[in-house]
Amino acid sequence: MDIRIDKIRKEFGDFPALHDVSLNIRSGELIALLGPSGSGKTTLLRLVAGLEYPSQGRILFGEEDASWKSVQERNVGFVFQHYALFKHMTVFDNVAFGLRVRGSETRPPKAEIRRRVEELIDMVQLSGMEGRYPGQLSGGQRQRVALARAMAIEPRVLLLDEPFGALDAKVRKDLRKWLREFHDRTGHTTLFVTHDQEEALELADRVVVMSQGKIEQVGSADDIYDRPQSAFVFSFVGDSARLPVTVANGDVNFKGGATGLRTSVGNGEKHIFFRPRDIVLQDDGPAFEGRIVSMRRLAGARIAEIDAGLGEGAERVEIELPLGVPAEQGSLIRFLPHRFAIF
Amino acid sequence: MSLGLALTMLTLIVLIPLAALALRAAALGPAGLYELVSDPRVAAALKVSFLTALAAALANAVFGTLTAWVLVRYDFYGRRIFDALIDLPFAMPTAVAGIALTSVYSPKGLIGEWLAPLGIKVAYTPLGIIVALIAVGFPFVVRTVQPVLEEISRETEEVSATLGANRFQTIFFVVLPPLIPAILTGFALALARGVGEYGSVIFIAGNLPFKSEIAPLLIVIKLEEFNYAGATAIAAVMLAISFLMLFVINGIQSWSQKRFGHG
Repeated sequence: MDIRIDKIRKEFGDFPALHDVSLNIRSGELIALLGPSGSGKTTLLRLVAGLEYPSQGRILFGEEDASWKSVQERNVGFVFQHYALFKHMTVFDNVAFGLRVRGSETRPPKAEIRRRVEELIDMVQLSGMEGRYPGQLSGGQRQRVALARAMAIEPRVLLLDEPFGALDAKVRKDLRKWLREFHDRTGHTTLFVTHDQEEALELADRVVVMSQGKIEQVGSADDIYDRPQSAFVFSFVGDSARLPVTVANGDVNFKGGATGLRTSVGNGEKHIFFRPRDIVLQDDGPAFEGRIVSMRRLAGARIAEIDAGLGEGAERVEIELPLGVPAEQGSLIRFLPHRFAIF
Repeated sequence: MSLGLALTMLTLIVLIPLAALALRAAALGPAGLYELVSDPRVAAALKVSFLTALAAALANAVFGTLTAWVLVRYDFYGRRIFDALIDLPFAMPTAVAGIALTSVYSPKGLIGEWLAPLGIKVAYTPLGIIVALIAVGFPFVVRTVQPVLEEISRETEEVSATLGANRFQTIFFVVLPPLIPAILTGFALALARGVGEYGSVIFIAGNLPFKSEIAPLLIVIKLEEFNYAGATAIAAVMLAISFLMLFVINGIQSWSQKRFGHG
């Protein structure tokens, strides 16, 4: 099911949670909504589900305007971070719930419900646990019950709100891989919310990066990581270093001196962003210069925290130094980023 | 040390007096006990006490659950004060509640004067007893249901809606079942309290023998007539009823723990 989010605005009282958000989701895509808390990602998910209604704008399921459809009519599968299982029901009853509450004209016969529920429980690898109560399951198992329950209604779209947020790191990794396979097998259009960039980049076909109620960038993991289009995306996704620069006619200047870098960005006070490992040390010629404040060792490299302020206020950045380079605390370092962005 | 203290306390204020009562009742013999209790006036009073307590507890089960729901799910101006007011029947002398209710529900009272033209008499009838028992039993259901309801997340209801359940189905299949043990416990507590309630009832009941006379009042009357045997017999029967209810409450609690204790 294609989903179009068309110029959606959402306000809670006076607080604007989403400003004019538009997004096209193709049928069968696995989309991650990535952003810090308060970025509006969960609100967007709840709007698609019909758990909230937009202040302005439309949500289309295929050609059909679903903006004002009730949550029951939308037929979406929703999975919460804390599973929200029905604790007084067994695994079987939880999964069967969505089929049993249907009106008599659309409710499948009992035997058919049993067959489908067992099939789903098998699909989420919980066979033999039909009779257990949620309290008798581990976190990962509960999350899979929640997923099977959502799938039971044959939803048009699957919506997952921080699906791995409450699990420990090991289970999270396994379940992430499992979800990718599950998605490839079932082909459901899926949106999931996360604040974990690693999860978003690894799992999703496309990542939607959000901040303060706006979409900052939509793209593949490579687009987001290698070609960030805003200062926010650059600093939110992956490690980054940032220094204030002045752009004059394409020349990038730092603290009044030329750096030799060129840019197509217009004149003015800007910031240069680069990844800590995308630097080349310079012996002479124009460069950024700073003193090493501290160093720490990683597996294959060293990370040096550098104060590039040179006496005029602290400008701290972290860069990666190859192991062979002689450097210690207090050393003067000259470097240039070979890949960078200016915003 | 603390165990010894608790046991001593329990023995002094509960077990010894109850044992004394049981001994006195036993001294009457089964036949004597039966004769005293089967006196029509006694039987009528026991029936009034038990039925009004049952009706009041049922009303409290419904409205107490509703009140707990409102307190947990809605954030409104004055909610905390409203929440604190729930416990007032616990704190207030029951006689004060009785007098206040009587003045309000008597045919010339604030509410009574509106009900009188409709032919509804509250004060000095069993209906008045029920009103008084609802007032004193109200906190029990609210306070047992409230914490359980707080545990049920709004997300559970939302998930139910996404699965296609309408509001009615969500309430009856998702929200209420986990609350049932708590509601039953609150109901049993309100019932037990209602059967033995004295202070708030005697003012509003009118105390007409065979009509609105409650068993605890009859005990007092028997005592004033120096009829200790009669008082003991009624007390013994009420004690038996209370014990029965305690067993029921405990049964419900262990059942609910088995059923929902894993959560």
